[in-house]
Parts: sequence; C-alpha cells; structure tokens
Amino acid sequence: MTEYEAVIGLEIHAELMTASKMFCGCRVVDSVTAPPNTATCPVCLGMPGMLPVINKRAVELAIRVGLALNCTIQRHNIFARKNYFYPDLPKSYQISQYELPLALDGHLDIELASGETKRIDIRRVHLEEDTGKLTHLDKDSQFPQGGTLVDYNRSGVPLLEIVSEPNIRSGEEARAYAVKIRQILRYLEVNSGDMEKGVFRVEPNISLRPAGTETFGTRTELKNLNSFRALADGTAYELVRQAEILDAGGQVVQETRGWNESKRLTFSQRSKEEAEDYRYFPEPDLPPLEITDEWVESVKLTLPELPDTKRARYMADFELSAYDASVLVEERAVANWFEHTLAVSDVDPAPSPKSIANWMINDLFRLMNEHKQGVADIKFEPAAFVQLIGLVENNTVNNNTAKDVLTEMYQSGRPAAEIIQAKGLAQISDETAIFEIISQVIRENPDTVAAYLSGKDKLRGWFVGQVMKATKGKANPEIVNRRLAEQLDQLK
Amino acid sequence: MKLTELTLTQLRDGLRQGSITSVEATQAMLARIVDVDNDIRSYLTITDEMALEQAASADARRAQGEDTPLLGVPIAVKDIIATQGVPTTAGSKILDGFIPPYDAFVVDQLKAAGAVILGKTNTDEFAMGSSTENSAFVTTSNPWDTERVPGGSSGGSAAAVAARLAFAALGTDTGGSVRQPASFCGVVGLRPTYGRMSRWGVVAFASSLDQVGPFGRTVADCTALFQATAGYDRRDSTSLDVPVPDFEAVLTGDIRGLRVGVPKEYFISGIEPEVEAAVRAAIAQMEQLGAEIVEISLPHTRYALPVYYLIAPAEASANLARYDGIRYGPRVDGENMIESVKRTRSLFGPEVKRRIMLGTYALSTGYYDEYYGRALKVRTLIKQDFVEAFKQVDIIATPTSPTTAFKIGDRADDPLGMYLADIFTLSLNLSAGCGLSLPCGFDSQGLPIGLQLIGDTLQEAKILNAAHAYEQSTAWHQQLPLTGAS
Ligand SMILES: [Zn+2]
Repeated sequence: MTEYEAVIGLEIHAELMTASKMFCGCRVVDSVTAPPNTATCPVCLGMPGMLPVINKRAVELAIRVGLALNCTIQRHNIFARKNYFYPDLPKSYQISQYELPLALDGHLDIELASGETKRIDIRRVHLEEDTGKLTHLDKDSQFPQGGTLVDYNRSGVPLLEIVSEPNIRSGEEARAYAVKIRQILRYLEVNSGDMEKGVFRVEPNISLRPAGTETFGTRTELKNLNSFRALADGTAYELVRQAEILDAGGQVVQETRGWNESKRLTFSQRSKEEAEDYRYFPEPDLPPLEITDEWVESVKLTLPELPDTKRARYMADFELSAYDASVLVEERAVANWFEHTLAVSDVDPAPSPKSIANWMINDLFRLMNEHKQGVADIKFEPAAFVQLIGLVENNTVNNNTAKDVLTEMYQSGRPAAEIIQAKGLAQISDETAIFEIISQVIRENPDTVAAYLSGKDKLRGWFVGQVMKATKGKANPEIVNRRLAEQLDQLK
Repeated sequence: MKLTELTLTQLRDGLRQGSITSVEATQAMLARIVDVDNDIRSYLTITDEMALEQAASADARRAQGEDTPLLGVPIAVKDIIATQGVPTTAGSKILDGFIPPYDAFVVDQLKAAGAVILGKTNTDEFAMGSSTENSAFVTTSNPWDTERVPGGSSGGSAAAVAARLAFAALGTDTGGSVRQPASFCGVVGLRPTYGRMSRWGVVAFASSLDQVGPFGRTVADCTALFQATAGYDRRDSTSLDVPVPDFEAVLTGDIRGLRVGVPKEYFISGIEPEVEAAVRAAIAQMEQLGAEIVEISLPHTRYALPVYYLIAPAEASANLARYDGIRYGPRVDGENMIESVKRTRSLFGPEVKRRIMLGTYALSTGYYDEYYGRALKVRTLIKQDFVEAFKQVDIIATPTSPTTAFKIGDRADDPLGMYLADIFTLSLNLSAGCGLSLPCGFDSQGLPIGLQLIGDTLQEAKILNAAHAYEQSTAWHQQLPLTGAS
C-alpha cells in the first residue's frame, strides 16, 4: 500500500457584520428569522440601470481581518465580475475580487492535539457579495406544483472569502484552523460565527499524493458542512474514500461533493465537466479601490488584543495555566469580563487574578453551562463577583457557602453581601461561640468521645461535621479544626 | 411661427415673458406627435397625461414667481433611461411592459429643472445598433427622408428633435449613439465626458462606455439640456465629483486663437466625398472665425473598431445576463427553470444575441488574454493618442460619420457595414474626452452632414462654444425637414 499525504486547502466565507449591504443601502438582517424579501432594493435585486457603491465599513472590517491574519493589505484593489447563472444571483454575476484582492500572504498558527504549533499559510482574503437563498419546495397542498422560492434578503450582504494554502494535512487540522479563524473573526467583531445560519461557511478542497512527493493529486471540494464536526468528519471520510480509489488503481474525479450528515458520507454534487467558466473581468461600475497607508494605520489602531497574545499575557502576568488561559480567552466577551474583574479596585484584600480565574472557570462557567447561557446573560457586574470572592478571602463566608451565594446571585443578580445578610449566611468566626458549640457536641455524644479517646482518631472528622451541622455550615472551618483539636485533647 | 418650430431657448424666453404657457407648448407638441409621428415613429410611449399635469404644474409654479432652468419645457427621453411608473423597454421584448419603480438620475434632474416629459423614444435594442432597425418594436424614419434611417441607437430622440416632436431630448452614447443620429438627422448631439452624467437608472449596455447625452436643434438648446442634467451622483461610483460650470455662459461665439486639430486618420477612403467636402469647408469656416487649424495624428484610430467590438460586447454579455424572467420583465415558461430561462432569453433580438456571444467568447478562459485583455491594453494606447493630441490643440474636428443616412434595410443584413457607421465616433468612447456633432451641410440628396468636435476631459465648454460660433456663422440649423407640412 502506498502511503499518502493529505493536501487540504480551506475556503472560508464569512458574512461581515455591517449595518448595510456591500453595494446598496439595504439593512443586513438575520436571513433565518427576517420575513423573506423585506430587506431588498432595486440594486440588490439586480434591476436594470442600478449601480453598486462600495460600503466603506465593509472594507474596513476586511482590512481588520487581513491585518489579524498577518496579511499584506493591497493598496490598489480591483473588483471583478464573476459570471454564472443561478436564480439566487440577481445580476447573474457576483461582484468579487480576482486579480488584485484586498489582502495577500498571511498566516495563522494553530495548536495540534499533540501540543505542537503548526503554521497554516493564507493565500488571500477578498471582499465580495453574498447571494440570495433558495428554498426548494416539496409538492404539497400549498404548492401542488412544488417549485423553488427565492429570498433576496441575503443578496448583496458583504462576504469575506479567506483562502488558505493547501498545507493542511488532516481533518483535525482543518477543524483547528477553521475554529481559530472563527475565533479571530468573533474577536474582531466582524462575524458572529454562526455556522447553522450559514454566516460562516467552510469548504475544504482535498486531495492525496504519495508521501514525499510534491505534485498535486486530483482534488474534490466539500460543501454543506454546517458544523466543525462535519468539517473534520467529512474531510476524514473523503481522505479514506480517495485512498481506497487510488489503492484500487482508480482515479479520483474532480468534483464538488456534499456531506450527508445522517449517512455520514460524501456524495457527488457536480462534476468538473459541468464546472463553469466564470469569465472574470474588472467590474466597470466600480473604479479601483485605493487603500491609503493612513487608512490601514487607523484600522490597525482599532484591532483588539488577539487571543494568542492575550493567552500568553495571562500565563505570564497572572500565572495561569495554559488550559485556564485558553478557556478565558476563547471568547472575547469572556476575556473582557475577566479583565473587568481585574479592574475592580474597591475590594480589600483584592483577590488575585488566579483566584478570580479559578472562581470563573470552576463555578461561574458551571452555572452558565447549566443554564445554557453566555457571559452576556450574567445578571451581576464583574465587580459584584470580585466582592463575593473578597468575602471568602476575608473569611466572611466559607467556600461552600460562597458557592451557594453565587448560585443565588446568578439567579437573582442581587449582591453577595445582601444575600449573606438576608439569609444569615455570614461565617461564624467568633471563638467563644464556636467553643460553646464544640462543648455542646462533646456533652451530647459521650460514647463517640470515648471511642475517639480510645484511639479512633478518624472520628475527628465526624466532630467537625457535627459542628458544621449545628452552625448550618457557617462556622469558620479553620477555627473549628483548631478549637476541636484543643478541646478534645484536653479530655485525654 | 408655429409653437412647435420654436427652439428650446426661444420657448424658454416665451415662457419667462409669459407670452406662452407650458400647457400650450405641451399641447402643441402632443398634437403634432399625433399628427406626424405615425410617419416618423420616434416615440415608443407617449406620456401625454403626465406631460399635461407637469405642464399645468409648471405654469402654476411660474405664476407663483418660480423659475427653474427648464420650467415647462417639453422634453423626450430615450427608452433606455428609467422613468418611474412609465414603461422602460430599452427597445427590447425582454423588457416589454417593464415599469421601473425608480427614475434615472438624469430624469430626477429633468424633473427638478421643471421639464415636462413627453414620452419615451425608440432605440436599437439595448442601444446596440446605428439605425433603430434593431429595435424590437419599430424602426424610426429619418425626418429628412422617411425611407432612410435616423441613425442610432438614439435614433428616436434625434428624429423627434429634428421633426419638432420635442424641444430637446436625451439619448445615450456608447459608441456614437448620440452623435451619429444627430449627424443623420441634422441636429446637435453631445456625448459628455464619461462620468459627467450619472448612469444611475440608465439600462446598461457597456458600462465603461455608456454615457447620457442631450440633443437639441441648436447648440444653445443642447447646452441648456446638458446644463440641467449633468452633475455628480454618489449612487454612480464612476460619476465625477467635479463642479458643473455655467455652460450657457461660455457660449460667447468667440473662437479666435482656438487651436483646432484635424486628424489625418479620419479622412480615409470610404468616406463619402460630399461628407469630406462639407467637413473640410466647416473647418475652413472655423479658420475664418479666427481658429488655428493644425494637422494632427491619432495613430491608433484604426484599432478603435476592433477594440470597441471586444470591450462593449464583453461588458454587455455580463450586463444582459440578468434578464432571466425571474424577478421582472416577461417570462416564457418552460418545463423547468433552465428551460424557462432559455426561452425567456430567446426574446433578445439577433444583434443582441450576436454581441452576447461575441462578449462571452472574448471573456472565456483561454481567450481572455488574447481578446479582452489585449483590447484593454490597446484602449490605453487610444486614450494616449488623445492625451498627446490635446498637448497640441484645444479641440479636434472630424466628420461624425463617413456617410449620410442610409436607406432602411440597406445594412440590416450586414453587421460589419453597420458597425462602420460609428467608425469616427468609437474612439472617443474609448478615451476620456467629450464630443458633439452639429450640422455642417447637406449632400446632393438633401441629407444632413455632421461635423464632430472632440474635446479633452471635462472640456465640454470648449467644444460647445466652438460649435456655437460655427453654427452662428451658418444657417444649416435653420433648415427644417418638411415633416407634416402637407
Ligand atoms: Zn439593496
């Protein structure tokens, strides 16, 4: 059997979160929930004599992505017409970029499961417009003829195409790369990353070649991948399928294949013979788009700290583990929330970043997961969270009580101090009070005391439990432990 | 003098003085259209009700003391320019019955200037042609000889102005479609600098070449309509954000010292001797008026025709791809979507189909570099010819077309012969200049001959003033075709 090397490149299409469309003034609406054809105008319907005007904001967001992906931003940009017929494409051409795209020659480092870092090269990033959406009808009572409905709400929405070099070698690498691109786009606040709604679409092209050779094999393209799982599995499936064909002495057919999620296999959608000649040519309705150095510099200033940099900083400055740092930087909103907690200055003693991180990762995230909510849904401010941790650290409440208080805060949004006050949850650190309770436990349990004194040291824990029970868990555990030892030892 | 024989500027004076009302002028024009347009067939749609409303409103506004540049002046608009609520067909069955929900920018401008819109004029289908014979609906006749073509593609507008069926009209010029019919019909037609007029709402033929242009019976009339419709429009990214000068104020008639270039490449074999003689006489007349005549060379002129017939069809092949019957316009149903689209697109006429195929071929993988790509490069050379020429001269004078109006049907089956009608006008569209055609005589059959004046980028004022000076020293523009004079 020949050993093969996988050659995989990814094309990612991401809609840009602008207020209006790429070439007209129409609002960008949610293409799933908005009523069909309510965000259209003669321009994005391709009516006669209508002309495109470039949305500057979309260009700005595209520059942002180009910079974040370490690309060179091209100063002289040309839009081109990509000609093909399809009913979801009103002009029968898509305004895209061809010879002179917006950004070139970037790269992105991904972490592999092995812990190694791999650099994926990015060939180009360019701007274009999205198409409308078709819905194929089943023949039913409402539509006895069947047919196809077209919704042009999405027609003309700014779309970014990010094309990698084919130096991805497995389905898992493809997934890691796509996940990271999505993370960065979300950090840059240019795309929501919602794959189900199709605002972030990943299409791998896949081929095999004998390991150690440099030629390219015949490739297939995969479409309809609406999750990262589908990307990894579909790519893996396709690699096995191609290897089997090659091993059997066959030839891979150049074609577009779809991924069938339920049958978990790829199927042929369109072969190369049917593939179209797009007849690209410069868009005569748009003069070249010149991007000045000043423009690029001003966009650079708007770039947020990106996840890799942030993670390294958290590890270095806050002594967080690689895992904890990764979890906190995964989403920009979470990292922002975390950083807001660090800015809280009126809690004394101030909890350490590491302590706050632990509380977030172990306790707050658990609550968010239970409620299937995000950081935006948290009802209290980062400051309130820090205040709670401060109450633990100054022994007002113990750890276990604090967890209950946090649950209550999560549900009601009330401040920790208020909950503690109202429920009388404050920790008992009064030595005399604890002395009285311990004395009572000893008085009421002479048999257990005798057993303890006869050498059953392990019963010490039982006494702690009784004291905590008597105080409804509010006793300061450190004092309980110390006093209990003293009082029991006096009986020896 | 009949109301309909007034020039636009005479009418405007009358309206301002209160000796004429817009309703009177509009009614007179509409009556004349009913009387004689059966012979000329310059209009595809007559918007009589709307025109009379606009006229009444113009009169009411004037009574309130208002005045705007074209207040109450009846104008015709080529049917390739979108008019809200009024059919806009581009001379094609594929847009038969299409009523745009928007006005073109130039129509907005007309309305803002107070003009009255009489109707929509005939055009070769999607402006592809030089005779109106490619109109899917009707062939317009030349008012000077109804057996002859009016030129094209804006033949309807040119004929309407010549036959006094409108005081002025808008056309479009992609390869000569304003200047050539102006020449054939003995009127003045201007093709402004690319970007001077917004293309918003103008049904696209070849986007990098299309430009709206005005027709008038005199240079002053043409200038008045130009003044009212030119200007920057942010909805057209190729529109030029530059001030529009007061063109009417520059018509001084003084051209002393003006350097007029005469390119040797434009006096070629194939040009009718009477045309050459009239144009040379006109150039001599300009010298008489104090202009300095300079022989110049535009060496790449002979490449203009092949370059144009690669670029224009290539752009058209994409521009016309949207007509699939899915969203608007007529649909011819088939058993499935692809079949339906094929049948719908069969509504295009033969010349349009020919150009879509030419353009598709020129853009195809493997042919792009050889055809479209090379055409773009040669276009740069043609542009450069003009840049060099305008270092030596202020304007350039040439014949507008090698011949006078030919007979209907004569070239209908000869696409190449038809393409040659635009041989002197195409270069300008490929460059960044402006140009006009104005009458400079008649041939022995009584058919008008046109003189083309070409100016540098945004130098419309120079060619308009030179044209005005020449016109004022001649009487050609005072001759009217006998249309309807029975
Ligand atoms: Zn729109």
